[in-house]
Amino acid sequence: MTQTPAQIPAKREITTKPRFSDKVFRGVVTGGGLSSLVILGLILAFLLYNGYSTLKQQGIHFLTSSNWQAVVADSGAVDIKNSHFGIAAMLIGTMIVAVIAVIVGVPISVGAAVYLTFYAPASIKKIMVTAIDLMAAFPSVLFGLWGFFVLESSGEYWAKLLNKYFSWVPFFKLPAPYVTRSPFIAGLVLAIMIIPIVTSVSREIFSQTPLDRIQAAYALGGTRFAMLRAVAFPYARSGIVGGVMLGLGRAMGETVAVYTVLNIVYQVNWQILLSAGGNVASMILLKFGEASPYEVKALMAAGLVLFVLTLIVNSIANLIVTRTGKSGR
Amino acid sequence: MTTLAQAPIAKPQKPWAATYKDRGKTAGIFVASMAVSYAVVAATPLKGKLAYAAIFFATYIVIDFVINFAKAGRPAAVDAVFRAFVTMMVAMAITPIISILVTVWIRGHHGLHWTLFTKDMHSNAYTDAVPQGGLLHAIIGTFLLVLFAMIISVPIGILTAIYLTEIRGKFTRPISFLVQAMSGVPSIVAGLFIYAAILLPLTKKLNGFEGSLALAILMIPTVARTSEEVLKLIPGDLREAGVALGGTQWRSVAMVVVPAARSGLITAMILGVARVAGETAPLLLLTGGSGTKNFNMFNNSMGSLPSYIWQSFGAGTPESITRAWAGILVLLVIVVVLFTAARTLGNRKVGKK
Repeated sequence: MTQTPAQIPAKREITTKPRFSDKVFRGVVTGGGLSSLVILGLILAFLLYNGYSTLKQQGIHFLTSSNWQAVVADSGAVDIKNSHFGIAAMLIGTMIVAVIAVIVGVPISVGAAVYLTFYAPASIKKIMVTAIDLMAAFPSVLFGLWGFFVLESSGEYWAKLLNKYFSWVPFFKLPAPYVTRSPFIAGLVLAIMIIPIVTSVSREIFSQTPLDRIQAAYALGGTRFAMLRAVAFPYARSGIVGGVMLGLGRAMGETVAVYTVLNIVYQVNWQILLSAGGNVASMILLKFGEASPYEVKALMAAGLVLFVLTLIVNSIANLIVTRTGKSGR
Repeated sequence: MTTLAQAPIAKPQKPWAATYKDRGKTAGIFVASMAVSYAVVAATPLKGKLAYAAIFFATYIVIDFVINFAKAGRPAAVDAVFRAFVTMMVAMAITPIISILVTVWIRGHHGLHWTLFTKDMHSNAYTDAVPQGGLLHAIIGTFLLVLFAMIISVPIGILTAIYLTEIRGKFTRPISFLVQAMSGVPSIVAGLFIYAAILLPLTKKLNGFEGSLALAILMIPTVARTSEEVLKLIPGDLREAGVALGGTQWRSVAMVVVPAARSGLITAMILGVARVAGETAPLLLLTGGSGTKNFNMFNNSMGSLPSYIWQSFGAGTPESITRAWAGILVLLVIVVVLFTAARTLGNRKVGKK
């Protein structure tokens, strides 16, 4: 019996080496993925490049002084010596308005998130979540106009009440009887603007609360509030802090709404009920229209400061939120 | 053989659910608090909506606390108060939305008329009577600006999402971090950046394309993050099946994963558009606000809905303010339609054709 020699198949190539098409694919996708890095880098580079001369000339005074004067000499040339650019007033204004927004907006958002996650019946929950998400898509110019025409009248009344009963708090003093278009009202508008993002982040975190712990709390006979206090709040605490910082970042960078609602006056104003204030973003928009090329450079520097500030706040916020989301506790 | 007695199936019990009695009690407290707040406002010098709301909430919480305390002691009472508190908070979160929607309709619908969609503002001032002129130029402008922003940002956003979910190389963590950081870039900074990078050194004048670039920067993070969420939902089985059939990674992503995620990716795109359609600040810096129809993205100032609203608001007369609200109404309708479309698409099951 002759045996035909077994046909030994050619050795198959087994390789993990990616094909050419895959290499191209990976290259293109990685390129696209790195675009966010490139864009952020370019923003930093171009703003620094344009704002550098101002930053160099003004030094630390750019952050600490509240004097913004673009002096033009009689000859029409820019008088660099006598021009002063300092954004301290607007930086303080930015923080004041954003902090008011956080103080007013966060309890509402977190309370709403608790209600939507642990209390709301499914039907109500769906409608409300949709409504709050929709609000996130409202354009900021809409919030601005609404704040100007609708919230202004109520806000004025609330401001007068605050002044009447709490004028012993330094922030609520009124050196002059002007309460319209104050940082307080701008802060209220921003508070409403950050409600969607803070609510959705908090809701996300609350909904990740481990079910076994929730059930354990109920099994021990806890009321819903006891469960929240013992399980949900400790679990979600740091995530909510992150969400709050995200809201803070949003509130610091808001331009059009603040410009519409606030009476922008270039001075340090701690009296939040007084009709004067501003933030860096709205100041840039205000000055940009009639700025000389030299002043534009100063505005670029101001934009750079705003960019770095919001980037820092957002990065910390994102770090906190991602960490909470991943770890079990 | 004994037949198993068919035990009557008990109705599902929900001991935790509110009974009719509970509901009646809540309604009773509600009505009583309303009555108290009405009486207090009428009888004392406290006036205004704020007084009604404050007294109502205070009364509600007090009655609720007392009733529950009497029935089940302190923990139950605290629980009830907290419940009332969070309900109050959600009401406060919803109130502005309703107020905004109602305001826009009440103030904007006077300004609606047919010529709004057939005429532009090239021979009219914003202070003219409302039926003159229109915002056709603004709709065309916004459409073109958003279209170009979409053409730039959607491929980049989806590529980023594919990198984050499919390639998962060593840059995954930093990129996902940077995309999140990028979503917080203030819109005015995006405008300033394009001004510094394109307008100052290259074009030296306003045009639509610069506006689109700024919008694209704001749109990329939204598209990337939503697409990432969607691609994560595609089951790994599909990818493995693609590879097992001998496909390269490129083919299994392009022919299997992306088509499976199609409706989700469209949702991401629409959400991105909704995010930037009303963006105002960068357009004020970069595109200007022309009142004539301009179809050329690379030349001359370009009108847009936000700048139309902004300019009519700035003009300050009753006519121009009505124009601004009408513009907002149109913009809001566009945003709501886009949002609803995104929702409807997004609710479909991922992976279905």
